Amino acid sequence: MKDDGHKGSRTRGKWENRTLRPVTEKSGERDVDYSTVSSLPIDRLYTPEDLGPDWDFHEKVGFPGEYPFTRGVYPTMYRGRLWTMRQFAGFGSAAQTNQRFKYLLGQGQTGLSVAFDLPTLMGRDSDDHMARGEVGREGVAIDSLADMEVLFDGIPLDQVSTSMTINAPAAVIFCMYLAVAEKQGVPLEKLNGTLQNDILKEYIAQKEWIYPPKPSIRIITDLIGFCTRSVPKWNTISISGYHIREAGSTAVQELAFTIADGIGYVQAGIEAGLPVDAFAPRLSFFWNSHNDFFEEIAKMRASRRMWARIMRERFGAGDPRSWMCRFHTQTAGYSLTAQQPYNNVVRVTTQALAAVLGGTQSLHTNSLDETLALPSEDAVTIALRTQQILAEESGVTNTIDPLAGSYFVEALTDRMEREAMEYIDRIDELGGIVPAIENGFPQKEIADAAYRYQQQLEDASKVVVGVNKHRMEEKSRPDTLKIGHEVEEQQLQRLQQLKSSRDQEAVKRCLAALADGAGGEENLLPLMLAAVREYATVGEVSAALVPVFGRYREVSII
Amino acid sequence: MSENRKLRLLVGKVGLDGHDRGAKIIARAFRDAGFEVIYTGLHQSPEMVVATAIQEDVDAVSLSILSGAHNFLFPKVIELLREQGAEDIAVFGGGIVPEEDISGLKAAGVLEIFTPGATTDAVINWVRQNIKPRNL
Repeated sequence: MKDDGHKGSRTRGKWENRTLRPVTEKSGERDVDYSTVSSLPIDRLYTPEDLGPDWDFHEKVGFPGEYPFTRGVYPTMYRGRLWTMRQFAGFGSAAQTNQRFKYLLGQGQTGLSVAFDLPTLMGRDSDDHMARGEVGREGVAIDSLADMEVLFDGIPLDQVSTSMTINAPAAVIFCMYLAVAEKQGVPLEKLNGTLQNDILKEYIAQKEWIYPPKPSIRIITDLIGFCTRSVPKWNTISISGYHIREAGSTAVQELAFTIADGIGYVQAGIEAGLPVDAFAPRLSFFWNSHNDFFEEIAKMRASRRMWARIMRERFGAGDPRSWMCRFHTQTAGYSLTAQQPYNNVVRVTTQALAAVLGGTQSLHTNSLDETLALPSEDAVTIALRTQQILAEESGVTNTIDPLAGSYFVEALTDRMEREAMEYIDRIDELGGIVPAIENGFPQKEIADAAYRYQQQLEDASKVVVGVNKHRMEEKSRPDTLKIGHEVEEQQLQRLQQLKSSRDQEAVKRCLAALADGAGGEENLLPLMLAAVREYATVGEVSAALVPVFGRYREVSII
Repeated sequence: MSENRKLRLLVGKVGLDGHDRGAKIIARAFRDAGFEVIYTGLHQSPEMVVATAIQEDVDAVSLSILSGAHNFLFPKVIELLREQGAEDIAVFGGGIVPEEDISGLKAAGVLEIFTPGATTDAVINWVRQNIKPRNL
């Protein structure tokens, strides 16, 4: 017999027959099915055959900083500049959060990210009847410019970039930020930062809304128009998959519904009369990084290629900056466990590594205690150090897009793009993302995926260490941050004092002018800015528009 | 009414909290377990939840709270049920509730609190053992 044992199999089929089958017949594998956390099936092995005969390096991958940007949006990536380490923070009063900001900046954090409390996110003041018990709990309580002045006290706004996670009342809070800059003497064109301002994913997933979609999108296009003229460095929308994923979507759904939201905003901007290249470069994205390492990397790589193609081919954008999917990433809050909470540090590390290998522009790493409470200072320090260790010790920043060319990663990237585009086609058939939302289509897809995943956790076909496998008796829990009742009482007092000391007539006049403007076609931003300068509250400004715009009511789907 | 009738459960989101993943999963799991389920939808005030509970003749109210406002909202719902003479409607729930808050909530009348990692099976078994049809 001819000895060709030293020669490898020339095809996958030969390898399967010659080398694999004798082993699987004898001992089998651990599982019958292998799949990602999102239940995307994963093959045993990937080879050039998985990419297909027409797979073209230049079309699919190419070079960083060049279309279609699969490898990254910048030519030098982390060799030029590390990602921005941006920990989302906010709790209690503006003064407490201001202290946390200064602490984080002192520890080497390079950007701020504000978490607002629920009443603020819903456009309600701390003295609103629905706000009872919620003031300062999930974020910082902001009622008026007076609180915003305290929040950024001693932080020069021309020297930091600030991300604000706010949506339904985003324009109002943004005007307060502009008013603080004015008071600091910082010209608006020097301001750097991001407003989440993504109302579509609120209807889909995060569920903090005020008005129905149409008037909400009008406020957004007004804000985009205003920034294009007056705050040119500001990122006007952070189109967010994060919350869609946290609500239980798969990775493909997160990618698809978020890009579909992006298409919705670009379409709305064009319909509002803005040239696409005037505003598209200031749109950015926000991804979730979950446990499944390669799935996340593939998702992020696919997102860049998809957005580039959509902007260039679908919308005819000509400015390369319009094609770039720049994004922030946050590690997956839902993946953290209350059981054996220190294990969360390890989860966050792999998720953060995926975000870095996926080419993120900024990153929030969750704190180990986030399933128990808002993060303590100790926990948030470990989370920030995790990023610093990846950046400065691991060596993964030395070369750009190191996983490119991996048969597996490229095949998975192609597959995620293909499956996400199928969803986008279905949404187009429904008439676009707004009608799709009104039909409950993305909501239903997400609810189904969330329920399936819960069943997989319960039958342990998906493993979560410490929850459905490797459980143990727990001795103690980490110390967590407590928000005292006094926060709410003090905030109510501050608000009362403000209302009795401001120029009441001026506030009324501004709110009436705003409501008038809403009835017409005037840009609402200057009117809002005038109102917040007079210390009109977020609740008052939001409520002034309700008679014109109405309130959104959700059709609940279970 | 027969003691063997199906349990009627209200799954409620109270306050401004928009996290409805857990509420929807538990509502679906209750339905699949054979209970009758009414889901309130989001952004309900305690008054609205209690009014729905009474109107729908439910046997228990199951609240999902991830906003940190549990120490205010659970006792408020119980107080309002009492005021309406409906204290026989049991109240239980789940969410991000620190362990040290649970005994206070139970003292205020909350029957049980399920925290992250609890399985729908565990909740359903608990309901079968602890919630009985009210005498209407």
